[in-house]
Amino acid sequence: MAYSNKVIDHYENPRNVGSFDKDDATVATGMVGAPACGDVMKLQIKVNAAGIIEDAKFKTYGCGSAIASSSLVTEWVKGKSLDEAQQIKNTDIAQELALPPVKIHCSILAEDAIKAAIADYKQKHGG
Amino acid sequence: MNYFQLFNLPATFELDLTELGSRYLQLQRRFHPDQHSAGSERDRLLAVQQTANINDAYYSLKQPLLRAEHLLALRGLKISHEQRSFTDPVFLMQQMELREQLAEISQSADPDAIINSIERELQQQKNQLLQQLANALETKSAEQDQLAADLIRKLKFFFKLQSELELIEQQLQD
Repeated sequence: MAYSNKVIDHYENPRNVGSFDKDDATVATGMVGAPACGDVMKLQIKVNAAGIIEDAKFKTYGCGSAIASSSLVTEWVKGKSLDEAQQIKNTDIAQELALPPVKIHCSILAEDAIKAAIADYKQKHGG
Repeated sequence: MNYFQLFNLPATFELDLTELGSRYLQLQRRFHPDQHSAGSERDRLLAVQQTANINDAYYSLKQPLLRAEHLLALRGLKISHEQRSFTDPVFLMQQMELREQLAEISQSADPDAIINSIERELQQQKNQLLQQLANALETKSAEQDQLAADLIRKLKFFFKLQSELELIEQQLQD
């Protein structure tokens, strides 16, 4: 199966790979996994006092589509409020990366990762 | 289709694999398309279909995770095609760390030692989860079935790690 150029670009030059200190109060972490393929994804956001996501990092062990999906999402969430980031849909990710049907679950994983990170932030800051 | 019934075996997770193997061979012989070459076209097609079913059933019952999934499906809990993300953060953090260890193998001074130690750890964790899975599947309650489903999901990550480790081992040998 051929990967789209956008997937290859993100796979070969992933944006924002790495980690923040998870104990930093401004940092929130979303961890998700896909049992079917064993992929594991960690997505972290750094939120400023105004509630805007200033920075994001990810670490993904999985196929090219999973890496591309998480890389893309870290680009998309930067500059967004938590509410705006919450609106990111897996279908937007799949469309942007031209993912084939068998790889849609990679975009679902990325959507769930950002949602998990936002939930972690809200929990850290008392809902 | 109930694969256990096909082999006339009890629908349990703990399965006599030797018995499964010999019943598989018996059924294979009985439905082998060559045995039906003299029959009508319809008979031959049925035999081919039946052979395919027998192969699917054998493959599914032989593998512990597929067997457990089939058992849950028979109880009305289908998880084999689910796309839901797994979200247990403690478990996933541990998976992440194991993946990081795998990624560092090739740069290490003594990769074989690390491979062996990770292999032992994976084996141990896997056996522990399989034992818990066997226990959960023994009790037929909705709650235990959900627990079993979660254990299957966790085990899938470990099977994946194991195949990744085997891949790394192979690459180092080449």
